[in-house]
Amino acid sequence: MSTVFTFRIDGKDVAGSEGQTVMEVAEENGIDIPGLCHLEGIHDRGACRLCMVEIAGSPKLAAACVTKITEGMDVTAHSEKLQEYRRTVTEMLFVERNHVCAVCVANDHCELQDLAADLELTHFDLPLISPKLDIDASHRLFAIDHNRCILCLRCVRVCDEIEGAHTWDVMHRGLETRVQTDMGIPWGESTTCTSCGKCVQVCPTGALFEKGRAVASGSKHQRPFLPWLKTVEEERGR
Amino acid sequence: MSEMPAAARPTHRRATIETADGQPRASAYVCEAASCMSAQSHDITLRLGERIAALGMTDVNIKRVGCLGLCAAGPLVEIAETAELFERVKPDDVEAIVKALKKVKPTDTRRPQGPFFEKQLRVVTENMGRIDPESLEDYVGRGGYEALKRVLSDMTSTEVRDVITRSGLRGRGGAGYPVGLKWTTVAKAEGTQKYVVCNADEGDPGAFMDRSVLESDPFRVLEGMTIAAFAVHANEGYIYCRAEYPLAVSRLRTAIRLAQRAGFLGSGIADTNFNFDVQIRLGAGAFVCGEETALIASIEGRRGTPRPRPPYPAVQGLWDRPTLLNNVESYANVPTILNKGAEWYSEFGIGKSKGTKVFALAGRIVNTGLIEVPMGTTLREIVFDIGGGIIDGRPFKAVQTGGPSGGCIPAQFLDMPVSYESLIEVGSFMGSGGLIVMDDTSCMVDVAKYFMDFCRDESCGKCVPCRVGTTELYMILDLISRGEATLDDLAQLERLAGIIQKTSLCGLGQGAPNPIFSTLRYFRDEYMAHIVDKTCPAGVCTITAPEVMA
Repeated sequence: MSTVFTFRIDGKDVAGSEGQTVMEVAEENGIDIPGLCHLEGIHDRGACRLCMVEIAGSPKLAAACVTKITEGMDVTAHSEKLQEYRRTVTEMLFVERNHVCAVCVANDHCELQDLAADLELTHFDLPLISPKLDIDASHRLFAIDHNRCILCLRCVRVCDEIEGAHTWDVMHRGLETRVQTDMGIPWGESTTCTSCGKCVQVCPTGALFEKGRAVASGSKHQRPFLPWLKTVEEERGR
Repeated sequence: MSEMPAAARPTHRRATIETADGQPRASAYVCEAASCMSAQSHDITLRLGERIAALGMTDVNIKRVGCLGLCAAGPLVEIAETAELFERVKPDDVEAIVKALKKVKPTDTRRPQGPFFEKQLRVVTENMGRIDPESLEDYVGRGGYEALKRVLSDMTSTEVRDVITRSGLRGRGGAGYPVGLKWTTVAKAEGTQKYVVCNADEGDPGAFMDRSVLESDPFRVLEGMTIAAFAVHANEGYIYCRAEYPLAVSRLRTAIRLAQRAGFLGSGIADTNFNFDVQIRLGAGAFVCGEETALIASIEGRRGTPRPRPPYPAVQGLWDRPTLLNNVESYANVPTILNKGAEWYSEFGIGKSKGTKVFALAGRIVNTGLIEVPMGTTLREIVFDIGGGIIDGRPFKAVQTGGPSGGCIPAQFLDMPVSYESLIEVGSFMGSGGLIVMDDTSCMVDVAKYFMDFCRDESCGKCVPCRVGTTELYMILDLISRGEATLDDLAQLERLAGIIQKTSLCGLGQGAPNPIFSTLRYFRDEYMAHIVDKTCPAGVCTITAPEVMA
């Protein structure tokens, strides 16, 4: 039996079990807090900073995906200021690499695109960084276009935590950060990749895609593997 | 630097002193910390030893010591009995030193060494320049390990924590978290396996306090860590030291080996049933690994990136166990506090900032070097009395503290007593203790740009605001420095800096905009000169925009 906490999100009274995150309880209550690195079913890392919320009494903002609920906490998930922060962070993602929706396989199925629309991000004020990055199409079935990668690392986590292959990892740092397969060898030469395609299914943008797909046809909703980890943990907890 | 580490080089053997009481009549202390070493001070030691031997002066001791402090004038040699200091010593100066050694009489006393030395208060640095950093005998000879022995035989862990709490010691790594409180949290955290970790990943530009402490008095840090381990019930420790400090690492290794051999590390320390051992882990050149959660990840063998807190390392740290993480200087304070008492320590300082602080003086200052002063000393005393003022007598412009998360403090605050609180009040930060002095030849836009370049290069890339935002800020600063920015760009710079500060994951990102905020606060006119008049008042920046007609 876990303790139940009651608290408030955006003025709405909500309840959740001890150990749940603000993000989880918000989702259960139909309160939409954006997040691109967050994906239910794999572990959170609090890195995209889109789910930042205010907690009354705390001078710092908190990432909803990694903040555990407490009794009586007063969370503000939506305010003009927070939306401005989210819009700017989203804008940063756009200017960091090359997101050209018109020629993207994920057009219309893209979480970054949806987010930009929700936040009414209509244009960029920030200087473009837009480096020309590689595409690795050496794999038989899939390809990665680093120009569209937002480094949410869902691929890294799903590959490690659910598939158990740990083909994906991260190399370099700062703006040079890239996801890599095995120790930086072409994907097609990877000896650990099981070609399961989970990474492609969880990728929020068109960075990871199935070969042979036309523009705007890369729907990514086949994620039946996601509840697996949660089920195991619940079983263990019982 | 290619000749380091010292362990691989020939070291002098201390010749047997042939006097009635076995004590030398005269001693020459040669600084062999990194700065003087890089100016070949080790050759001076060897040559002095040879000369003394050739002359048959069996009552003279030539000793390698740690940092004597006045790095600007290195290599340094001090006659210990008279405090006579030889500066910028070259191999040919050896004869003059030998001559001075000949003249030393038993009645000689140490004479005042001038304001650089006399105005300091040495706690952490009390053995620096006095002991051979690779001699446990020397350390014990100056009261080393007395605190540990007393702690283990006469005190409970609660009593030790109580002394540290009452001393008012706060974390010397920058944020100033109360050390006693942290120790108590770790001690009370659930779990049987706990760790003590020392953060020696000093990476702020212009900061070399921890390096000097480790190079000059490594046993003090080990003793502090061992006492901490006893106080928080830990039996394993790690020192995370950056690999760019080969001499510090080499001396630490020697110190660990000697301490183990003498029973001050390992099992059954000082003939009690207390066990504690220390291992060294080397950083591979990432600034962010000085952030505690990234440091822990790095020790664990994972990618050195921070994670959100809570949980704090005190509760869930190394391998998810409660972990005490303090920096070098914090641990180095511990033995003295236990020897002299919490009350003695807390008498120094001002307000909530107790004790002393070690600062590394760098930049456009005459006496570049390492100093230790009581908290509450004014910047003017530090820069002008101890530091000897600005090079060539140029006008003072600002002093930068706190590294890339800190700020620039202008002349109007020179008489402000330095403390954790006062520095934050003026928009800077204590940081680990680097003080970079700037004169009128520094352009503040250029300074902000320099620090932003540092942050962007050192960003780990995990969170978006820091990974992308620091580069965005750098690009805008670059536009400003070239005279190609507009007032809209300046507004964008300020807006973006605020968002990065609010939304970044760790202290590196949250602190990255500080140099912009503080330079804008005190030197907005310089930004305006670049943007509106298309000129760089200090003549540092290369303006590429066409000149404005007056």
